[in-house]
Amino acid sequence: MMRVGLATVALWCAAATALAIDPTELPDPTLQARYSALTHELRCVQCQNQSIADSPVGLASDLRAQVREQLLAGKSDEEVRDYMVARYGEFILFRPRYSLRNAWLWLLPLALLLIGAVAALRILRQRAQLLAVDDSTVGEASPLDKNGPA
Amino acid sequence: MSKFLLPLAVFALLATVLAIGIKHSPDKGTIRSPLIGHPAPAFALATLDDAQRVVRSQELRGHPYLLNVWGTWCYACRAEHRMLLQIQRAALAPLIGIDWKDDDAQAQAYLAKSGNPYSVVLVDRDSRAAIDWGVYGAPETFLVNAAGTVTYKHVGELTREVWEHQFVPRLRQGTAAGR
Repeated sequence: MMRVGLATVALWCAAATALAIDPTELPDPTLQARYSALTHELRCVQCQNQSIADSPVGLASDLRAQVREQLLAGKSDEEVRDYMVARYGEFILFRPRYSLRNAWLWLLPLALLLIGAVAALRILRQRAQLLAVDDSTVGEASPLDKNGPA
Repeated sequence: MSKFLLPLAVFALLATVLAIGIKHSPDKGTIRSPLIGHPAPAFALATLDDAQRVVRSQELRGHPYLLNVWGTWCYACRAEHRMLLQIQRAALAPLIGIDWKDDDAQAQAYLAKSGNPYSVVLVDRDSRAAIDWGVYGAPETFLVNAAGTVTYKHVGELTREVWEHQFVPRLRQGTAAGR
């Protein structure tokens, strides 16, 4: 009973702060959805591990106002992102863009996986060969058996 | 021999990546401004002294200037205030202040009490100019050359060391190059 009560209070607090941080409501539900998605993928540059949707600081709310204004003016999501990147750099995007400069970040895991697969294959093959060659000793008594303690 | 080659190569690669990471760790949290080397963002802001008077970025063209983003709510700004007064006295370039998200009366009282290092203080209450300049935390200090290009940005307290090693050489270079 106590636990349920606490959980309810915690949930209520979370909901209350979420509402308090961003009360923005756009007239059109699709616009509201785009607004919500964009504000969640833009970093609050002042408090760098939060998105501008989650951050209570003043600059975040001013950045949200910019997003809102630009969406209402008919700008596309990509135009809003470009606007932010031109001012704050790509760091403001939580989801980095694919570019030549950071291509290695995306490709490295694939390359590592490939190297691992090749190595594993080679080891497996070697073992198979060893088994094929060394078949004869299986079942035969080894010298150790004769001299060891009975 | 070749048995060790692959692990060695992997180790070397890892060491390089980590070395680069460590080398750049002092910059962690500091965002490199995409404005460096680009024209200063245009602005038109009212002054703190006279809300009717508007200063436009075009008016500042033709000579280098320093732009300092501050606020009375910002502790690091208070810490650098003395340095700013010295910079004003050095008179290498005018210091333009942007009073960011602040209360006008409080800002006026603060400058009256601590001294005013700025040639002019502009007011940016809703971050419009601050966002255009890519400001994310006060204080931030920009250097704009005579051609109107942003050549340097410092985030955080402007210390004597930063001033002498980063700003002064760039300002001297600008005047030596002539206009």
